[in-house]
Amino acid sequence: MSLLEVRGVMVRFGGVMAIGGVDLDVQAGEVTGLIGPNGAGKTTLFNVISGMQEPTAGSVHVSGVDVTNEAPHRRAKRGLARTFQRLELFSSLTVRDNVRVAAELAALTNIDETVDNLLEKVGVSDLAEQTAGDLPTGSARLVEIARALATGPRLLLLDEPASGLDEAESDRLGVLLHELTADGLGVLLVEHDMSLVMHVCDRIFVLDLGFIIANGTPHEIQHDPKVLHAYLGAPS
Amino acid sequence: MQELLTFTIIGLSTGAIYAVVASGLVVTYTTSGIFNLAHGATGMLAAFTYWQLRFDWDLPAPIALFITLFVLCPLFGIVTERFVMRGLQGTSEVVRLSVTVALFAFMIGLANWIWPSDSSREAFTKFFEGNTVSIGGINISWHKLITFGCAILVAIVLRLLLFRTRMGVAMRAVVDDRALTELNGGRPDRVAMFAWSLSAMLAGLAGILLAGEQQLNIEPLVLLVINAYAAAIIGRLKNLPMTFAGAAVLGLLDAYYLQFSDKSWFPQSIMGFGISGMRASIPTIVLFIALLARPQSRLRAGVVRIREQNKVPAWSTSLLGAVSLIAIVVAISGMLTRSNTLLLLNGFTFAIVALSLVPLTGYAGQMSLAPLTFAGLGAIAMSKLPGDGNLLTLIAAVVIVALVGALVALPAIRLSGIYLALSTAAFAVLVTKLVFNQKQTFMSGNISVPVLDIPFIEINTPRGRLILASIAFSVLGLGVVAIRRSRLGRRLIALKDSPAAAATLGMSLTRTKLAAFAISAGIAACAGALSGDKVSPQQYDFTQSLPIVLLTVVGGVGTVGGALFGGLMLGGNSVLATVVPTLKNVTKILPGTIGVTLGRNPSGAANQIADAYRSLANRWNLLVFAAAGAIVIWILDAQYVISHWAFFIAGVFWILAVTPNLVGIMQATKTRRIIASIYLGIGVIVAISIDWDNAVDSTGKRLIALVLLIALFGVGAQRVAENAPRIHRSSPDVIGLTKDFTDEELDHAERELGVVL
Repeated sequence: MSLLEVRGVMVRFGGVMAIGGVDLDVQAGEVTGLIGPNGAGKTTLFNVISGMQEPTAGSVHVSGVDVTNEAPHRRAKRGLARTFQRLELFSSLTVRDNVRVAAELAALTNIDETVDNLLEKVGVSDLAEQTAGDLPTGSARLVEIARALATGPRLLLLDEPASGLDEAESDRLGVLLHELTADGLGVLLVEHDMSLVMHVCDRIFVLDLGFIIANGTPHEIQHDPKVLHAYLGAPS
Repeated sequence: MQELLTFTIIGLSTGAIYAVVASGLVVTYTTSGIFNLAHGATGMLAAFTYWQLRFDWDLPAPIALFITLFVLCPLFGIVTERFVMRGLQGTSEVVRLSVTVALFAFMIGLANWIWPSDSSREAFTKFFEGNTVSIGGINISWHKLITFGCAILVAIVLRLLLFRTRMGVAMRAVVDDRALTELNGGRPDRVAMFAWSLSAMLAGLAGILLAGEQQLNIEPLVLLVINAYAAAIIGRLKNLPMTFAGAAVLGLLDAYYLQFSDKSWFPQSIMGFGISGMRASIPTIVLFIALLARPQSRLRAGVVRIREQNKVPAWSTSLLGAVSLIAIVVAISGMLTRSNTLLLLNGFTFAIVALSLVPLTGYAGQMSLAPLTFAGLGAIAMSKLPGDGNLLTLIAAVVIVALVGALVALPAIRLSGIYLALSTAAFAVLVTKLVFNQKQTFMSGNISVPVLDIPFIEINTPRGRLILASIAFSVLGLGVVAIRRSRLGRRLIALKDSPAAAATLGMSLTRTKLAAFAISAGIAACAGALSGDKVSPQQYDFTQSLPIVLLTVVGGVGTVGGALFGGLMLGGNSVLATVVPTLKNVTKILPGTIGVTLGRNPSGAANQIADAYRSLANRWNLLVFAAAGAIVIWILDAQYVISHWAFFIAGVFWILAVTPNLVGIMQATKTRRIIASIYLGIGVIVAISIDWDNAVDSTGKRLIALVLLIALFGVGAQRVAENAPRIHRSSPDVIGLTKDFTDEELDHAERELGVVL
């Protein structure tokens, strides 16, 4: 049984088909990549998985439980956490309080310790007392990851976590993802930084115009003619 | 059958007026994202203006109409957009709504001032009064026909305008993406100006048509907008045909109610409650239903970026503040006359009501337009519950009202932003009409709320009640601080900053909103329950809530200090009105005038002053200077060089106008520094040198002079010291296109693009 099973998910906005029937699996302890050109429907799919967008058809299972009709906060209780492509930090709270809110929602026992550890882990301890709204994009992305981790998730959805990070930070993110999956966490990663994706992912799904056009190991994906076509427009 | 047809026509003609008003609302909302609560007030003002031109000055109707609708209304729209609304880009929904509330209050005040109600004034006659036309055996007045014609004309013109003209296309483009329109050479500001002018014209037209039917009265004309809200909400604030259909339904409902309520079978009371307020409540009920029928507001990422920010209050400062507040009140209350004590008591009651908005609006970002309604319910509960005002009664009253607050919020909780705010307004209007105005609740126009009965302490003087109110404010204020510092407080802020993130982290938005509403209702209930006097339903009327909401947002709805500031400001306003009768009219427009300045300072005035003091904290030289100045003023007083009044005024001036500006002045360029310093210096000299005791003959006038002094020299110096022009934050990719970069803009753009650390 997969940690996350997406089956036949379809989303229509009026007459526009955003996602046309997607099947996707994420295994515990693995980083699964979701790539595709802009407008392919990646963020919409994230919204469906996290409960912010109701699918027109299809289902979402987390650890075998059907969560398709559950509210976002219920899914969070099942171990689902996400970050946002356009940052959604609590901008008037400090960095520490951002992470603390999440830890409190997960009803952890040793909140202060968890928060300190997480800030340390993503490398923003020195920013702990800053107001989140004042952070530059790169640090803000790291705080979002720390905040998502504070809920103690089993499945983490990362929406372009590396955009706005410099090279060192991006490398660090790769290391962090390895550490997290080693602890048994499943990660679904949307990212445009291909070197990061190819480097950290165990399996990659390619989404184009609302359909999964390929899935496989990074090596397979790099040599898939359909993927090349979607990205480069070269004749297949 | 004949009768039914007649009423149908009456209903449709009322609906036609609603349609015209509602389409104006839709035009501004879609082009600027601002839901204009003052829209009805605009129509009211236009109707009065038309009356002035047509009936008082006897201009021919076409000329009067032309001047009102095609000169003054567009002008009004342009001024509103340019000087009030334009500053609101990128502020939170709360601030934007408050500014339209301010405009609303301002216009009502203005109308009351210029046209005080006067029964002998010239009647507002219909167009072609007395002329009727018979269609199918039914007589229809020309006025009604004209009303129909106007509505149809408006529909056609709007349709052509939006889809066939350049301006219309530009308007729709701005709705879709403001920044993109700007990049493509469109000018959103001009489009917005046009939209506001158009909207004011539509409001004006509707106001004039309605005044012909209902005569000139401020209240029905203003509340006309509630009916229009209902129609606009049925049209989902963007669909004009649906809006017109909604307006027609409302008009028909009203007419049929009128028809059937005369029938013998029509019930005169339901479960002992009279239904006299029912007809006026229909639009509100429809509004409520239309709001609730809206689909659950969807969670969306990347929506608001809120400009205002408040620090977490520290326990030490909060406790110190609470203790000094009580000490100050105890000290000065001994010196006040009975009437001044009552006025200050009033101010504290307002402050507690304002405090109820801090957790709800300030922390959780949920707008409520009904704080006084909960205060009223608190007063009723306190007087009706057994126990004659002992502490248990108070607790029971608070708990009951808090539960009512949660209950009311329950259906409304699926909504957010303006929809939520409107549903609280609908609730307030309904409670006012159906509960407060009932014989059962307010017998003979008022009820007496027992004074809080504390063992061994007798509180029966106004002074005692004042001290009690200040203690209540302090205790509740500390409670609000405790909330902000708690788990719940962080959740409330999270709810405001990003509902989407909060939900995906596992927070039940519904439960958090319910908690916020219950707490807020409970605090407001205290204000009513502790009034300890005779109260009348007028005190808790919906329209009275608006200035409170407004001044709290002005004072700074995110902080306890802001609530105190807002409440006392409102109290102070009534002080002005009683002490200096000549200023009575000014006080009518004062809250509104203060409110429209919000665009400049979204975090509120108290926060601005507190910020200034905070930045002063680590500059020893300036601190020493500030302290030295205060000591000099004190010595001058102690040595009888200046009078106590001069000491008081100079002292307040020093604390509120000079000290907060010091840092800003030090950072300004040299010329600006010198000018600002001279400015403040003049202010201090004026404060010290005037013979306050003799030249100014009443306390009220002295206080006004003080306010003027601060406004003139304090704010003036601040403006001078302010180097940089205001940052125009449209979008980083637009900055620099139409004008050069400023340092702040570069900074902002780099941050937004993520290229700096």
